[in-house]
Amino acid sequence: MPPQVHSLQELRRSASLATKVFVQRDYSDGTTCQFQTKFPPELESRIERQLFEETVKTLNSFYAEAEKIGGSSYLEGCLACATAYFIFLCMETHYEKVLKKISKYIQEQNEKIYAPRGLLLTDPLERGMRVIEISIYEDRCSSGSSSSGSSSSSSGGGGGGAGGR
Amino acid sequence: MSVMVARKKVVRKWEKLPGRNTFCCDGRIMMARQKGIFYLTLFLILGTCALFFAFECRYLAVQLSPAIPVFAAVLFLFAMATLLRTSFSDPGVIPRALPDEAAFIEMEIEATNGTVPQGQRPPPRIKNFQINNQIVKLKYCYTCKIFRPPRASHCSICDNCVERFDHHCPWVGNCVGKRNYRYFYLFILSLSLLTIYIFTFNIVYVALKSLKIGFLNTLKETPGTVLEVLICFFTLWSVVGLTGFHTFLVALNQTTNEDIKGSWTGKNRVQNPYSHGNIVKNCCEVLCGPLPPSVLDRRGILQQEESTAQEETCTRGPGAQEPTTAQGPCGQPEESSAQQNDGSLPHQSAVPVPSLSNTEMPEEKQPPAGELPIPSQDTGQAEH
Repeated sequence: MPPQVHSLQELRRSASLATKVFVQRDYSDGTTCQFQTKFPPELESRIERQLFEETVKTLNSFYAEAEKIGGSSYLEGCLACATAYFIFLCMETHYEKVLKKISKYIQEQNEKIYAPRGLLLTDPLERGMRVIEISIYEDRCSSGSSSSGSSSSSSGGGGGGAGGR
Repeated sequence: MSVMVARKKVVRKWEKLPGRNTFCCDGRIMMARQKGIFYLTLFLILGTCALFFAFECRYLAVQLSPAIPVFAAVLFLFAMATLLRTSFSDPGVIPRALPDEAAFIEMEIEATNGTVPQGQRPPPRIKNFQINNQIVKLKYCYTCKIFRPPRASHCSICDNCVERFDHHCPWVGNCVGKRNYRYFYLFILSLSLLTIYIFTFNIVYVALKSLKIGFLNTLKETPGTVLEVLICFFTLWSVVGLTGFHTFLVALNQTTNEDIKGSWTGKNRVQNPYSHGNIVKNCCEVLCGPLPPSVLDRRGILQQEESTAQEETCTRGPGAQEPTTAQGPCGQPEESSAQQNDGSLPHQSAVPVPSLSNTEMPEEKQPPAGELPIPSQDTGQAEH
């Protein structure tokens, strides 16, 4: 299927949701927030492997930065403790600052890379930091066999491919 | 509570969150459902401190030093601030999987396990992961429909999966987990110091005043002193012991839940892969490490499409104060009945405190129901 060019707004109007892919967390480094860089087979025809891995790796590095244990995080923690945590009423934590950066990055990636290919990344924060949800859209006008709505039936084909996970 | 009828009022996400939590101040405050013991905690702290400031402090400030009530006030304010922070904040609840995600995971599980013929029990859903060269199992939570991250556990009292679950504390009226463990620790630490402080200065007060007017007259003049000393005496044994226990846990980077289950102890068990091996580093990480924000988004405005999806999941309105023995809407009766059984299981060995008849210790160490391997549950439902 030739890649369809869409802007983010056009995507919502003209395309219908075909299926969703969920990139799970990678716990090999402990409880820190990292996502698997394994390329989902459902995206095989939609996006280059390298672009996808690049996105996930950058996200992982952002999360690692947010959860970094070092001098500055200790300082923040001790200062907060000394003020009985009232300082958080006026100050944003380092983690929250990085999360804002992440959401900007995801929006930028969506606009530049994913929407033109009929895909949409959802910020993991909206999914409880459990998964990166990637929505795959089918163009309503061109594709005749697109299935919209129920992802369980449409991702039945993708489920077999995901068996090796 | 259905909000599908057209209302002018904005619906926020907390109103539709599943789980047995109470929300106040339009979603800013989040607590467990049973708050009775929390009110008792508040009453004891406020009452004892009020008596101390009203009676003993007046005498001691004049006779000894005005710094005494000042320091007591600082300790009191710090203890109250950390208590309220522990009780009102999100302990690290993991939101339940939305239907799409749950279906995706179900398919993955079926693909790995193969479909089970009708009538047979499905195998327990476990994924194996390797962390720091040790295998850690991830369990699937049937209520939340997710694979629980390592160290997370499902609290059957609040009916939520909580990250780095420590225990459910009825004294603070909330679960203690990743996001509020440091507040909890600082609370019990400052409460220990406050209790020791008040106890000591009560003794000093009685001693000083007795020299002037005699022991019995002192007690007659300020009868509150006896009450304070009694409360402090019993609190001392329990809270100081608990602080010691949690200091031990923090130094080893363990949770109460792991300690009770014996996850990292014993010959054939793996070593704790989360410990840095260094006490100082462990303390720093647990108490001063980066604090992730809540992922629940309680005050977000509910979009229309989300509200239809969440109608199907277990919803709980904040207003209904249902009795704890009632079944949760998701119908998990085994867990709530198991809760009463677990309370009597011996676990004093985990606590380096002489076991007394006072009820504070056992209740505070109450393990979340369903976390301990209960023989009756193993065969049927997967354990939570």
